[in-house]
Amino acid sequence: MNIIVCVKRVPDSGTRVRVTGDGRGIDTSGVKYVVNPYDEFAVEEAIQIREERGEGQVTALCLGPDEAEEQLRNALAMGADDAVLLEAEPPMDGLTVARELAAELEDRDFDLLLFGKQAIDDDNMQVPPMVAEILGLPCATVVVDLDVEDGRAVARREVEGGHEMVELELPAVVSTQKGLNEPRYADLKGIMAAKKKPLEKKEVELAEASTELLSMREPEEGTDGEIVGEGAEAAPELARRLHEEAKVL
Amino acid sequence: MSDVLAYAELRGSQLRGVARETVTGARRLADELGGDVHVVSVGPPGSGEEVASLADYGADRIFTAEDGEFGAYHPDALVRAFQYLADQEEYAAILFPASARGKDLAPRVAARLGRGLATEITDLEVEDGEPVVTRPTYADKAYARVGFTESPALMSIRPNVFIPEESQGSGEHEELEVDADPVRTRVSPVETSEEGKLDVAEASQVVSGGRGMQGPDNWSLLEDLVDALGPGTALGASRAVVDAGWRPHAEQVGQTGKVVSPNLYVAVGISGAIQHLAGMRTSNVIVAINKDPEAPIFDVADYGIIGDLFEVVPELTEEIRKIRGDGG
Ligand SMILES: Cc1cc2nc3c(=O)[nH]c(=O)nc-3n(C[C@H](O)[C@H](O)[C@H](O)COP(=O)(O)OP(=O)(O)OC[C@H]3O[C@@H](n4cnc5c(N)ncnc54)[C@H](O)[C@@H]3O)c2cc1C
Repeated sequence: MNIIVCVKRVPDSGTRVRVTGDGRGIDTSGVKYVVNPYDEFAVEEAIQIREERGEGQVTALCLGPDEAEEQLRNALAMGADDAVLLEAEPPMDGLTVARELAAELEDRDFDLLLFGKQAIDDDNMQVPPMVAEILGLPCATVVVDLDVEDGRAVARREVEGGHEMVELELPAVVSTQKGLNEPRYADLKGIMAAKKKPLEKKEVELAEASTELLSMREPEEGTDGEIVGEGAEAAPELARRLHEEAKVL
Repeated sequence: MSDVLAYAELRGSQLRGVARETVTGARRLADELGGDVHVVSVGPPGSGEEVASLADYGADRIFTAEDGEFGAYHPDALVRAFQYLADQEEYAAILFPASARGKDLAPRVAARLGRGLATEITDLEVEDGEPVVTRPTYADKAYARVGFTESPALMSIRPNVFIPEESQGSGEHEELEVDADPVRTRVSPVETSEEGKLDVAEASQVVSGGRGMQGPDNWSLLEDLVDALGPGTALGASRAVVDAGWRPHAEQVGQTGKVVSPNLYVAVGISGAIQHLAGMRTSNVIVAINKDPEAPIFDVADYGIIGDLFEVVPELTEEIRKIRGDGG
């Protein structure tokens, strides 16, 4: 079984996000980069499937800058077998990314293509279903449980107030959600081994984007919020203000 | 080219609340562009009737496809329906709800049409005759204004941001033929975890509890408050309490949980860590109850009470009951 896992290099979730003076992006100075946390579930799932079956190849694929080699090495240290870096600054436009990944994937032979459910920088949640659509493959997103059998997979996905089951014939695309597994930490042996695993770099030219980032801004800071009072005595006043002033009751 | 197409999301044959929000967003956009609102649904036999009621929210043309195979989510048929309509009509924009299904479907349609998509928008304008949207990025820590290079512009709208507004559309109902086959992705009907339980992401009022609640047995305190606030209210939770196993992950609000934007958000015993704020800061009115006056939740709260939640919450519940006139 061949499994390809897409991983993205993103700022750590604890990053203080500051928009640059020109409003065109975020200030990346001092930012610590990590493997997108949702992608770790995808990498872990791929490795577990390979381990359970006792055969197969796990390839990590990333569209990112040269520095994204670090995140691919992380995936290799967790247990992926080889890696491919499509070198380009990833745009915010989901369709551009999906097209680029699909172009690479078209010529590859795989049974399962895994992604995290969303990247925590652009929060697009677009690329997995887009790649599936472009390649004409079945797809399940936000998956918390995955059963892979010969030639097919059954995925359980989270929806409002419940779940739905999705049947997929392989090859298929799945995006993973927290709850699917517990991603392992790479141990020293893994980290050492990762240094020697094959990692191919290819420069790519991105197509013109279908959306345009016009500007960025930070959320309005704070509120003119106020402390209504202290202790239970303040409750009637709070209720009155919610009713008369905020009109939410 | 000024018409706008909206996706009417169904669960079974029931119209979901977000469908009215999507049509309201579409109406706003169509009014500014001087166009009509079209609505499309793909559902089981009989579902078209309810979808037709969206005329009351401004739908001018309503396309409904019915088939026994459409009782559950059917992404392949939906993509075919959108492609058919986009080929027939020239749309300025296509709107989806940013629901679980909407976020699964919209990218498929975008890729099929080869058009750009903006996810989970919180605002919508027209500039030089073109749609321009605002959407959160970096877990709501930065907002992006996004334009589109070609029409139709595809977008999914964050639940609870476009509050449904009644507006009479001409409501012409047309049946649409959509093939159920071939099926690439086969989805079974939704299994609800608790019958009719409202999801925190779609509630219009949310009461969230944090570690300050001290244990799962104390949640009846918050359930009473939810009850007092009436229909449309759901429970939420911080990650600390989900990790402790006090509450299910489905209730978690924040960066690794759900993003909520209710009319009222009450944070009880929640410190307000940046990852929690990421999931609720766009709420309309935020109330914080915390014994620590330095808790960062007070920085985003519109109203706060400093005090012991075990004393404040029952009193607040009581007062709200009085105001809402049910009991007390
Ligand atoms: C990658 C990452 C992702 C994360 N994602 C999320 C997420 O999605 N959602 C999320 O919520 N967190 C998330 N977190 C965790 C977050 O950083 C905080 O640890 C968490 O939100 C804290 O939960 P809390 O406010 O309930 O607990 P605490 O921070 O322990 O706060 C408890 C609060 O209760 C108050 N309190 C205690 N007793 C009482 C009382 N009797 N009366 C009144 N007040 C009282 C205290 O003053 C305190 O402010 C994430 C963290 C990381 C690193």
